[in-house]
Amino acid sequence: MPSLRDIKRRIRSVRSTQQITKAMEMVSAAKLRKAQMRAERSRPYATKMELILSNLSSAIAQAGGSVPHPYFEQRPVRKTTLVLVTSDRGLCGSFNANLIRRATLFLKDYTPANAELVCIGKRGVDWFKKRPIPVVGRHQDFGGNMDFTRVRRIAAELAVRFVSGETDAIHILYAKFITTSRYEITLSRFLPIESVQESSSHRADYIFEPDPAAIFADLMPRYVTTRMQTAIAESFAAEHAARMIAMGGATKSAGEMIDVLTLQFNKARQSAITKELLDIVGGAEALK
Amino acid sequence: MATYQLSIATPEETILEEMVESIIVPGAQGYLGVMANHAALITPLQPGKITIHLPGGTELLLAVSGGFLEVAHNRATILADAAEHATKIDRARAVTALDRADKRLRDRPEGLDVDRATAAFRRAQNRIRIADEILVSGH
Repeated sequence: MPSLRDIKRRIRSVRSTQQITKAMEMVSAAKLRKAQMRAERSRPYATKMELILSNLSSAIAQAGGSVPHPYFEQRPVRKTTLVLVTSDRGLCGSFNANLIRRATLFLKDYTPANAELVCIGKRGVDWFKKRPIPVVGRHQDFGGNMDFTRVRRIAAELAVRFVSGETDAIHILYAKFITTSRYEITLSRFLPIESVQESSSHRADYIFEPDPAAIFADLMPRYVTTRMQTAIAESFAAEHAARMIAMGGATKSAGEMIDVLTLQFNKARQSAITKELLDIVGGAEALK
Repeated sequence: MATYQLSIATPEETILEEMVESIIVPGAQGYLGVMANHAALITPLQPGKITIHLPGGTELLLAVSGGFLEVAHNRATILADAAEHATKIDRARAVTALDRADKRLRDRPEGLDVDRATAAFRRAQNRIRIADEILVSGH
């Protein structure tokens, strides 16, 4: 049986851990709120962008032309790139483990010769740098905050890889934020762009100034940036939510542990008192 | 005068959502005006000035650094890379950016992305011009 002092020491240590996890939970809650607000605010832009693109595509399809932009080019896939969005930091439950497991599953059928990885987030970089599939892009230390300039640069780099023929298909794997307690691991094709759905509700005969090809040239880089941005923003929100839940769980477990230890402490204290009493009584008896 | 719905959105946030009488924007082929019931139109935007006429004669000025204008069904949407109200432009920052771009274009360091530097130069120039304009007109 541990001594009174040992138990006391353990209680104190568990309590300070609890304080830390509680603080982390609250920090993540605040960050989550911010991330959600940001995602909310940038949504109109993304939605409108999709709409313009689909209007443009259907206008071109109507005129009997094909979409004049290299991002749509389908070619035999000799090299595949997987963009993996993880978090930079741990302590967020199974968040990164789930993403990495899914990535490994995806890469199972590939060899280092026909696949490559671009990792966003330190966890993914650390895991895959010691494995056969080459990591050609490393983007870390976002700290869970959106950085539009950086995202733009990442999207541009990927687009260049695709257009120059270094890779023939780019997929992006990320955690999509659903609710605070749920995220969905999502795999979607980034490039080439799958044929855009035609909109029927928002039909209009557009005047294109100067012409559709020029508009595509301007629109497409922004479109891919926006998609990348949406994916990363979702992932950050999901990360903060996962951390909040994990830390909430840890705080609760610490509380339970303290209860158990306190009980143990009281029991030990009581038996010590009883023992002392018995000693005194025994001593008094002996004096008689 | 007839009005229509205008919204200006950037990747970060929605800048403006308002009923307006007319707007003047820097289209790919020069400035163009859009009034109510304009024909459907899509055009890229250059760095420049957006002038917005609100009902009641108020005029708003914004700096835009590029993007798109879409008009359809009597609604106009501007998807801007970045847009700022003229009164909120940080002139000092724009001047620093202009100097930096200017220096890069002059020195031509190894591996300089000329297109990007030129674009940065034009954006900074545009913001300074619009910031000055509002100072002069005393809005």
